[in-house]
Amino acid sequence: MLALTCPCCGVTAEETEFAPGGEAHLTRSGPGSSDSAYEAYMFQRKNPRGVHFERWRHAYGCGKWFIAARDTMTLEVFGTYPAQTTEPPAEIVRTIRAHRPDWTPAQEGAA
Amino acid sequence: MKRYSAFAIAREAFRQHSGWARAWASPEPRNHYDIVIVGAGGHGLATAYYLGKRFGLTNIAVIEKGWLGGGNTGRNTTIIRSNYLQDPSAALYEKSRALYETLSQDLNYNIMFSPRGVMMLAQTEAEKRGYLRTERANALQGVDTRFIQPSEVQRLVPIINIHGPRYPVLGALWQERAGTARHDAVAWGLARACSAMGMHVIEQCAVTGVESANGAVSAVNTTRGRITCGKLGIVVAGHSGALADMAGFRLPIESVALQALVSEPIKPCMDVVVMANTVHGYLSQSDKGEMVIGGGADGFNNYTQRGSWHHVEETVRALVETFPMLSRLKMLRQWGGIVDMTGDRSPILSKTPLENCFINCGWGTGGFKATPGSGWAMAELMAKGHSPLTDAFSLNRFREGRFIDESVAAGVAH
Repeated sequence: MLALTCPCCGVTAEETEFAPGGEAHLTRSGPGSSDSAYEAYMFQRKNPRGVHFERWRHAYGCGKWFIAARDTMTLEVFGTYPAQTTEPPAEIVRTIRAHRPDWTPAQEGAA
Repeated sequence: MKRYSAFAIAREAFRQHSGWARAWASPEPRNHYDIVIVGAGGHGLATAYYLGKRFGLTNIAVIEKGWLGGGNTGRNTTIIRSNYLQDPSAALYEKSRALYETLSQDLNYNIMFSPRGVMMLAQTEAEKRGYLRTERANALQGVDTRFIQPSEVQRLVPIINIHGPRYPVLGALWQERAGTARHDAVAWGLARACSAMGMHVIEQCAVTGVESANGAVSAVNTTRGRITCGKLGIVVAGHSGALADMAGFRLPIESVALQALVSEPIKPCMDVVVMANTVHGYLSQSDKGEMVIGGGADGFNNYTQRGSWHHVEETVRALVETFPMLSRLKMLRQWGGIVDMTGDRSPILSKTPLENCFINCGWGTGGFKATPGSGWAMAELMAKGHSPLTDAFSLNRFREGRFIDESVAAGVAH
């Protein structure tokens, strides 16, 4: 059971109060993009074993989307931040590095 | 390989069972094999088995990170059925179900296939319409299923409460020739048969990298040394993403934990498999008497092999309504496995962007039933470059929009 803190309303609750929304920081592709770029955007996922950035919605709370940084091997949550950003904020990156020295944000290049 | 038989049991009885050989060898890896299969679960071993049996290819190593059949092969709820909606799925799963019927004889190893019948309950009007549609599709595909009325459900499953307040039983899709098998025995029997053909089954050997030359696979690096190979088959279920990453491509797959639990053993009370997809639960009774319960999958990526507590609660809460006697049972064990989910809930058996590298993954929550069929088709794909059973399941189907949408037919239980 995950415990997440919604960065929009500040409430900390168990995962049943939230709805998962898949990998975060995807680069959108639309009309005019190549087939490969569109395929990558629609289907291909990093699915990492380790540090993962993921969209969540505070479904039974304020209803807002946000992003959680967590580890898929241990379910450890490194932090959450509002969804209006294209990359993890510096503070989250620092927290992750403190816990996972091997990890680099470069691995999180656009999908 | 010494054959198992009634005569062998009698012979060993006279010498304190001292003559039984190890079922499969544990050789040191060689430097080169014609074919390397990564993953000694059911599907990987079945692929190697049919490469040997159908195509005479035996210079093969099956390498496994942990122990044989210790992943999803040993973690599923052992259900075997083939009542799928789409034609390519029905062909593949029905082939598999048919192979299961004679697999014990083929392997000379009792996999305890029990064609006890699988029933998928219709508990909403929408589900009833869906199963009537599947019944008709199955009739056209040559898969033997029929839609049965609540009275027949009650007759086949005396412990069921068909008048539940929230989800009454409105009928069921019944496949009489479906059933269960002993999951560990499937892996053990296949490993024994592969070993007898001279293949190497190498446990405790994790892959750490994939090497390529001129766009084709050339070797795998493992924790027990570098192994060169002509062809590589990746059959690692939940960890496919990590292997694909080593091979230099990405998959349309996300890994989540799916969990199951068993009750304390009780006297025989239910001799069929019941799946209740509306409430995300399925139930059968094992030979030991335990009620085996499959639950829902986590909604978010993880590799924890344990699952979330609230899914257990949801599953059991719903099942107790349909099977009131379960409320008196204690649960003994709960476990999880990492399943590889594709968007259309159909598997991927395909060539990959890396030449001579093949992948078999994406079975999601329903791979056990497909074990022999998956191996049969994957072996043909690896030996000949294509197979009529796998052509529709290629990686390209996502790019080209040719989905094999089974999410409607399957609900969550699979």
